[in-house]
Amino acid sequence: MELALASFIGVLVAAGVYLLLRARSFDIILGLTLLSYAINLLIFSMGRLVVGKPPILRAGLAPTLANHADPLPQALVLTAIVIAFAMTAVLLVVAIRSRGDSHSDHVDGVEPRDGGQA
Amino acid sequence: MSPTAHLVIAPILLPLAAAVLILVIGSRRIALQRTIAVASCLGLIALAALLAWRADGGGTSVYLVGNWPAHLGIALAVDRLAAIMLLATALLALPCLLFATGGWDRRASHFHVLFQLQLMGLNGAFLTADLFNLFVFFEVLLISSYGLLLSGGSGPRLRSGLQYVAFNIAASTLFLVAVGLIYGITGALNMAELAHRVAQVPAADAGPLRAAAGLLLVVFCSKAALLPLYFWLPDTYSRSPAAVAALFAVMTKLGVYTVLRVYSLVFGAEAGALANLAWPWLLPLGAATLALATLGALAARSLRQLAAYLIVGSAATLFVALGLASAQAVGAGLYYLVHSTLVGGALFLLADLVHKQRGNAGDSLRKLDRMGPKALLGTLFVVAALSVAGLPPLSGFIGKFALLAAVPDGQTAWLWSVILISSLVMLVALASAGSHLFWREGGSAPAPGRVPPLRGVEVGATTLLLALGVLLSVFAGPALRYAQDAGAQLMAPAAYIEQVRGALPQPGVAP
Repeated sequence: MELALASFIGVLVAAGVYLLLRARSFDIILGLTLLSYAINLLIFSMGRLVVGKPPILRAGLAPTLANHADPLPQALVLTAIVIAFAMTAVLLVVAIRSRGDSHSDHVDGVEPRDGGQA
Repeated sequence: MSPTAHLVIAPILLPLAAAVLILVIGSRRIALQRTIAVASCLGLIALAALLAWRADGGGTSVYLVGNWPAHLGIALAVDRLAAIMLLATALLALPCLLFATGGWDRRASHFHVLFQLQLMGLNGAFLTADLFNLFVFFEVLLISSYGLLLSGGSGPRLRSGLQYVAFNIAASTLFLVAVGLIYGITGALNMAELAHRVAQVPAADAGPLRAAAGLLLVVFCSKAALLPLYFWLPDTYSRSPAAVAALFAVMTKLGVYTVLRVYSLVFGAEAGALANLAWPWLLPLGAATLALATLGALAARSLRQLAAYLIVGSAATLFVALGLASAQAVGAGLYYLVHSTLVGGALFLLADLVHKQRGNAGDSLRKLDRMGPKALLGTLFVVAALSVAGLPPLSGFIGKFALLAAVPDGQTAWLWSVILISSLVMLVALASAGSHLFWREGGSAPAPGRVPPLRGVEVGATTLLLALGVLLSVFAGPALRYAQDAGAQLMAPAAYIEQVRGALPQPGVAP
């Protein structure tokens, strides 16, 4: 499970960084979204991957990490998700306005001179 | 719990309450909005001064939010460093706000709300003793800075805004990676608790932890605009509205603050395998950034761009001070930090005043045009320029002198050269800018009524900010003493760690 999750995070980050470097506002938004998914999974896995253990204390079980999942990374992820949502929304608005103003999707507001894909 | 204990959280709650109130009032009653905003800023100055006075005892006031123990919940802590930063922010915020009441706050929607939220984010970031909470406050201040920067903007400003937003979101992502890794390895996020655990981390985990600490350093240095990561700043700052750019002068200092806090506390001298992680990097990078920022200032095409490069240069000087990692150098750096925040902000306000007076040429250092009344603006410019360049008797001289005195003997040759030559070149850049703006004239005689009259409140705000800088040199003795004490406190973090870790929840109050 660790290997699968780690590779998945790696693939997401790779895709996100690739999109980020394409210097197109839409690609950047997608890339940052993918990156934020990858980070959420990373933080989540930092509480160690466990199966079938509740994060909330249960009567009768000793309150240790042997019996429970670590609740803190889950709380952190929740915060991170909310913030990433808000940031994506802001970035979308800015990108749409910028595209409307400069008639270009490129982050510099002008198409690169070779006209090709950046 | 005595009522005064709640003072620690007040600098976060006051601007939050003011922001909500201003939002409810609505933008049609602008006079009331302005009154509340100014009252909030005055309140923040009073609070910051009170906290600074309390922190001068040498202790650290800890506030446990929600009454959880510090290692589980969120803790706020005020020591001398946090108090200095709070006070510098509050002192900068008031003139910026006054400047904006000259008319910009009508044109940018929700200016006052965003301004107060930005102050809340800044104050929170200075107060928090928790790494993840620091991330949250970073986001609070960043999202308000996006609003302040972009509201009422279009064209080039929007484009540089898009780059600024994307850059900062990418940096925040790295921040989260670092925080996640640090939690995964140590199981703590409170900085004092982290300092305790990092010192005992097993050798097998030292490598990943070093990587996480390095990532965190990259994030903080990108906020503070250190060498490979400063390219976003001149463009963004020179295109921001004046009052906003002036307030942003404290944002690079926030990056410096976080580096100082985290790397003196968590990865400081007593961190075992990871001791003194950041300092060897910061000294050469700071010196290189200073050299490049100086060249940038020399080549600047407008006064605002010049001010932006001076901001980069001042942050770089601070990194040199941090890189020396001695109590004396850090103390001198903290004095210089307050000075450069105030004067950097004043330069942006002044650039806007000049911009409005010069017709078509704006604040360009290439084009020529007639200029409105010069005597007043010229005087203000001279004061600002002398202070920035570090000529006696103003605060820049005192800060740089204290810093030069703190350079250890082995390093004097190259560091003195870098700092002194960059000061000289900055002086040349400022002198050439000043003579271009105030002495050379071109174009036809101004059509009557073309140049708008100087607004009293805007000139007043700029003068106030410069006067604060002058006061900093008049009271250099106590200010420098306070900064040196703060430096000594930072370089011996054991007491801070003990006080935060030992803070106990109130008995009888459920968390």
